[in-house]
Amino acid sequence: MKAAIQQNRMRNALRAATDHLATGLAILATLLVVAPLFAIFGYLIYKGASSLNLAFFTQIPKPEGEVGGGMANAIVGSGVLLAIASCLGVPIGIGGGIYLAEFGRGTRLANAIRFTADVLNGVPSIVMGIAVYALIVFREKHFSAFSGGVALGIMMIPTVTRTTEEMLLMVPNSIREAALGLGVPNWRSVLSITLKTASPGVITGCMLAFARVAGETAPLLFTALGNQFWSVSLNQPIAALPLQIYIYAISPYDDQHRLAWAGALVLIALIVIAVSLVRYVASRGILKGAS
Amino acid sequence: MGVGIEVTNLNAWYGANHTLQDINLPIPANHATALIGPSGCGKSTFVRCLNRMHETNPIARVTGSVRIGDLDIYADASPVEVRRRVGMVFQRPNPFPTMSIYDNVASGLKLNGYSNRKALDEIVERSLKHAALWDEVKDDLKKKSGASLSGGQQQRMCIARALAVDPEVLLMDEPASALDPVSTSKIEDLIFQLKSQYTIVIVTHNMQQAARVAEKTGFFLNGRMVEFDSTHKIFTNPTDKRTEDYITGRFG
Amino acid sequence: METSLEPPSGPGSGISSPASSPATGSGIAAVASNSPVSDVRRFLLARGNSALADRIFSLLMLACAASIFCIVAFIASELISQSQMSWHASGLAFFYKFNVDPQTGLPLFWDPVNGVFYALPFLYGTLVSSLVALVIAVPLAVGVAIFLTEMCPRFLRGPLAFLTELLAAIPSVVYGLWAIFILVPLLREHINPILIDTFGAPLVVRLFGWTGLVGDNGLFGGVNLGLGLLTAGVILAIMILPIIASLTREVMSTVPHSQREAALALGATRWEMIRIAVLRNARIGIVGSIILGLGRALGETMAVAMVIGNTAEIHRSLLSTGHSMASVIANEFAEATSDLHRSALVEIGLALFVVTILVNGLARLLVWAVTRSNPVRVN
Repeated sequence: MKAAIQQNRMRNALRAATDHLATGLAILATLLVVAPLFAIFGYLIYKGASSLNLAFFTQIPKPEGEVGGGMANAIVGSGVLLAIASCLGVPIGIGGGIYLAEFGRGTRLANAIRFTADVLNGVPSIVMGIAVYALIVFREKHFSAFSGGVALGIMMIPTVTRTTEEMLLMVPNSIREAALGLGVPNWRSVLSITLKTASPGVITGCMLAFARVAGETAPLLFTALGNQFWSVSLNQPIAALPLQIYIYAISPYDDQHRLAWAGALVLIALIVIAVSLVRYVASRGILKGAS
Repeated sequence: MGVGIEVTNLNAWYGANHTLQDINLPIPANHATALIGPSGCGKSTFVRCLNRMHETNPIARVTGSVRIGDLDIYADASPVEVRRRVGMVFQRPNPFPTMSIYDNVASGLKLNGYSNRKALDEIVERSLKHAALWDEVKDDLKKKSGASLSGGQQQRMCIARALAVDPEVLLMDEPASALDPVSTSKIEDLIFQLKSQYTIVIVTHNMQQAARVAEKTGFFLNGRMVEFDSTHKIFTNPTDKRTEDYITGRFG
Repeated sequence: METSLEPPSGPGSGISSPASSPATGSGIAAVASNSPVSDVRRFLLARGNSALADRIFSLLMLACAASIFCIVAFIASELISQSQMSWHASGLAFFYKFNVDPQTGLPLFWDPVNGVFYALPFLYGTLVSSLVALVIAVPLAVGVAIFLTEMCPRFLRGPLAFLTELLAAIPSVVYGLWAIFILVPLLREHINPILIDTFGAPLVVRLFGWTGLVGDNGLFGGVNLGLGLLTAGVILAIMILPIIASLTREVMSTVPHSQREAALALGATRWEMIRIAVLRNARIGIVGSIILGLGRALGETMAVAMVIGNTAEIHRSLLSTGHSMASVIANEFAEATSDLHRSALVEIGLALFVVTILVNGLARLLVWAVTRSNPVRVN
């Protein structure tokens, strides 16, 4: 009897020890995960902040080997590319989301589309770049800002479709019924009432997609190509912020490394703002007073 | 002025579920008609057949005819056209959250293309007065959102919204069941006043409410209409035993 | 379409009488002839039934949604057509054959100048770097997920989740930049020497030399540049961590509380409860999220291209340089020396496309099967 009690006590002690060990390991894992985040942000600020001066935002890159210059053309170029991408990705994406939420709810077609959109999100962006290269650059025989914008726009479509669908599904059915009961045509009800009610969420979904493609480099490598000079022409290669960061990061010149850090800091700052905005809107309740 | 409704051999299905069976019912113009019955008896489905909201469900089916005035609403008109002539107030108030009170009330017109500003102002004011809400909101019409009112006020605003399109018939599906007693009695007073100009069909769980408000009452049970007569007779001397059992609280 | 109508008669009094026009009796506007029709009613009766507009609208929305299918079809067709040249040149051997370099006697896989195009080193580099990433990331991610769902005090949960989300939002090129200047020196000067010494120690070589994984020709042998497969694996691990962690967290949180309570009521410690009630129930979903992380690792381009060393060779050592399928395309496509070169790169892209679709599809199916009752947002 005594032996059994002692055995039990030992086993319980072992179980308790395992429990503490598991807790410790979990905490350790969390610290190890969070650490690189702080390391990355820390270095970005440390190495990049000192290089952020007016010249960075107003000048274009200097010829190789020379000191100074900036990434103004890359910032503007990214703006142009993202504008093209949004014109393509946002309307089609919202339209797709409207179909999934308002017309196809529960149908097998909608399920297939949703599944395909999720899978498409996981396709490497460089593959997207190859496809757009084949479609536009190869046929036109020159690189262009337009092809870069199209590549980014296509990448936005699945993301915007899914987030729009989710936001529309959160609009309570009672509001749709109210509109229908008044004899409002379906198209008007979907646009002016359902979509409008869900618009804060839909807009943040677009912002998330926007932030995601803003940092993409791979699809631009052989569509927009990059440009050392000022150019906003849609038919010419164009600079882009992530592209420029990449080119400078692998260059042999220290000064260009410095600029790369600064560019990365600017890029990250924009993305952090977008992500934080999204979280803020989400926490405030996406639909004001709709429920 | 309201019109009468003539329902002939109405049958309704949700998929394989035969929800309404052989309903025949004359609903008089400019009167309030109450529909009572236990939960799931089909009274809500019936009312939704009157403005073709039943068929928004893809597995829903309807046979038979419903004439509102001279119009056979299934054969002679599209659902959208029917719903512009038959207003509906739902169980839970459902104001449009992104719109002001003014825009909410005017929505039935604005969203159909009506743009005469002056006329809209008058229509909104008239509808809110009909709904006994004007005095409470007249200073905040465009400033306050429709969703910021109290529950009872929201429901009265939804009534005003339905009235703004000048329907011939007003359907009310348990309009006061989600409200407190004070709001409920305000709405009952409202119905009393409105029925002289509109034909009102009100679904209610509350038998006292039916007795207070309606001239005629129909008792539904298991998808059939068991008895339809003057309210007074239904509640004091019903013909059918099932009606009597329900009234006296033996079930439901 | 606008109609301007005179306002109803009467100065907006409570109940205004309708406009004194006679009843109109056209078509569907039939009403009882003794009830006059107001302006509002007339206006609404004159509106059509908008069936055409509704139909056009729904078709337009369907077209937008169907564009997703079109995108996949378009990508596939372009990849297939552009890789035809390479496919006709080498066929399936593209993925496993190699020549022998006449001068050195070593296998020669990829020599654009001389028109040699075999993809085996890229398959190898992709697989090895992804595997290293999984080995590092999975235990950490599951640990974080366990901590966040079961152990974390309430007030920390929000900020930590936000930090994880932030990690997922950092672009690949920024990870690569940080990796080149911080991670590579760190590995080269501090971590790799430890690994080399441990795996190269005489005692270890004597005991485990038969495996071929230790010593100078083993897993951590050869030149220590800091760039290479190991570095690529580490940065990939950091990048796929947030995905695996957040998805595992969501899968774990769909396990009903009743399961946890049942385990605790039987006297289990917290860790035992987690093991029995939560992990066991969620294991299919966790496997799904791991596969999803793998899918992401397979396709990662920029960060890998910046640290993997960019050589088309196969070596046993993790410290050696190499190439992944995505990084070779990134490196060479824009300046491809010949049509065959470009076609070969496209064929690699096609293989990457097919593999990531299969892996991602499998992962989504697994996660969906587990969380079917509680839909989980996956991105």
